[in-house]
Amino acid sequence: MQSYFCGEYRNMKTMKTTNLFAILLISTVLASCGGGSNTSDNASESSKLTGTVKIDGSSTVYPITEAVAEEFRTEEPDVKVTIGVSGTGGGFKKFSRGETDINDASRPIKEKEVKVCEENNIKSVELTVAYDGLAVLINQENDWVDHFTVEELKRIWEPSAQENITSWNQIRPEWPNEPFSLYGPGVASGTYDYFTEVIVGESGASRGDYTASEDDNVLVQGIAGDKNSIGFFGLAYYEENKDKLKLVGVDNGTGAVLPTTETVKTGIYAPLSRPIFIYVSDAGAKQAAVNEFVNFYLNNAGELVSDIGYIALPEQEYATQLTKYTNFAKGIK
Amino acid sequence: MKKTSEKVIEGGLAFSALITILTTIGILWVLLSESIGFFQEVSIIDFLTDTQWTPLFVQKHYGILPLLSGTFLTTAIAVAVALPIGLTIAIYLSEYAPKSLRKKVKPALEILAAVPTVVYGFFALTVVTPFLQTFIPGLGSFNAISAGIVMGIMIIPLISSLSEDALFAIPKSLREASYGMGATRFQTAFKVAVPSASSGIVVSVILAIARAIGETMIVSIAAGQQPILTMDPRDAVETITAYIVQVSLGDVQHGSIEYKTIFAAGITLFIFTFILNNISYWIKKKYQEKYE
Repeated sequence: MQSYFCGEYRNMKTMKTTNLFAILLISTVLASCGGGSNTSDNASESSKLTGTVKIDGSSTVYPITEAVAEEFRTEEPDVKVTIGVSGTGGGFKKFSRGETDINDASRPIKEKEVKVCEENNIKSVELTVAYDGLAVLINQENDWVDHFTVEELKRIWEPSAQENITSWNQIRPEWPNEPFSLYGPGVASGTYDYFTEVIVGESGASRGDYTASEDDNVLVQGIAGDKNSIGFFGLAYYEENKDKLKLVGVDNGTGAVLPTTETVKTGIYAPLSRPIFIYVSDAGAKQAAVNEFVNFYLNNAGELVSDIGYIALPEQEYATQLTKYTNFAKGIK
Repeated sequence: MKKTSEKVIEGGLAFSALITILTTIGILWVLLSESIGFFQEVSIIDFLTDTQWTPLFVQKHYGILPLLSGTFLTTAIAVAVALPIGLTIAIYLSEYAPKSLRKKVKPALEILAAVPTVVYGFFALTVVTPFLQTFIPGLGSFNAISAGIVMGIMIIPLISSLSEDALFAIPKSLREASYGMGATRFQTAFKVAVPSASSGIVVSVILAIARAIGETMIVSIAAGQQPILTMDPRDAVETITAYIVQVSLGDVQHGSIEYKTIFAAGITLFIFTFILNNISYWIKKKYQEKYE
């Protein structure tokens, strides 16, 4: 009886082992079947570019770079384009250390930034991509301001105004006797550098008691919610938020001018019309993905910028910039 | 006679405990060394009494008072919101609610604490501020009251959880004696339970204050970026933490005086949190009643 029992037991055990083995075998076969399709996909994808394009810098240039990157993604889906918004100055810090390939800039590179680039053996090329108007904005419920003169803007924003000039009637006696709140980009912003240079007279010289942010959306939010607000930032952010803000004309001695495509392109809106740039490093230009991106940028920016609120350069100007870049790329090979 | 394996394990565990102490010392060291450099250029009296904070601009002022007023204003509003609500929840859960309800409500409260602070920040900016603007005249988009209220909501679980644990730790005999004397639930709760658990409740409030002082995201998004010395909750203010975020995201030169302001602000924050934590520890030690 015992031996009969043992035999049955042994049979059950071998049956279980056989079953297990069979299951393992079948699953291995099925798994290897699934792997075959991958190789044929890879063959068709190998002609596309791969890589990353690291961009940082100006919040003013950001909307253009973003739009270009979106279009670029449809052509080269395997290239990753990352865009930061640290402000022109913040972006140059990273650019001069070789951490980014392209820097968005709303002002030309400074001497000391060029020096740091040289110390780190980084060469770069400046490419103009569009014109921008710096808009001065007030809240929609503000009905007493018709325009600002450059002189008035200087009196509001210069360093000595800190704690001294705080209410509307100090600028023009007929305005209300109420304190105004100021909103503007912070010190890392190229827009800040440019505004202070042309309005106050010295780049970087402004009062310190205002709401400072490199993020223009924060400024839009601030101005839209505060009746006594005054602020400035790139025209594109006004175009996007027309329903929340009120645009103010600036008088440079020849009458108040509102920033529009025409007035910025022809320079009538003075002194707050400016070119905006991207800077490409030599290390970046050597990479196929970055090279392709820059070419795409210069070829397509003209069409894209007007939708976003910027002013396109004339056709031949873009061609000149493209030649400038091609020469730079050739020169460093 | 300890075996070697025992000694090794004991050593390993002691080392893990040592890591936390070493990290604290490391942080303190970094803060101190950079701040000493800062105070060599800016007098400490200037730092503590100047009413303007504009280190990044042409007219440099290094008075910490505007940042401190921003921090304290938002913290005060947060505690004013969280303390009544949190304490009431704790008393309700420990004195009035049936046991089954307590088990369900406590985890739900923890969810409030688990919401990411950046979500709270945008909630304050896009929901609370417009709502407040309908009945508070002259309220800007960035203000201290909106950030303070949402911060209060965030720290309610802290106060309610710790207070409830303190109330729970009171021996039943105290409550039963009170009921035995003919007291109502209300009288027992507020005249017997709360005073007995007072040391635990005070500790929970102090910890909540320390948490609110160190809060960064909510105030960066909703309270504003303008350092002004004010006690008006409708103003846009800048807290110490929001300033640190603002500067570190910009293009400040490593080693410059602007860079060192980060550490000066940081060490001020550290000192306040440290003092608060020590006070709570001292209160707990001195006033905690030992039952049985």
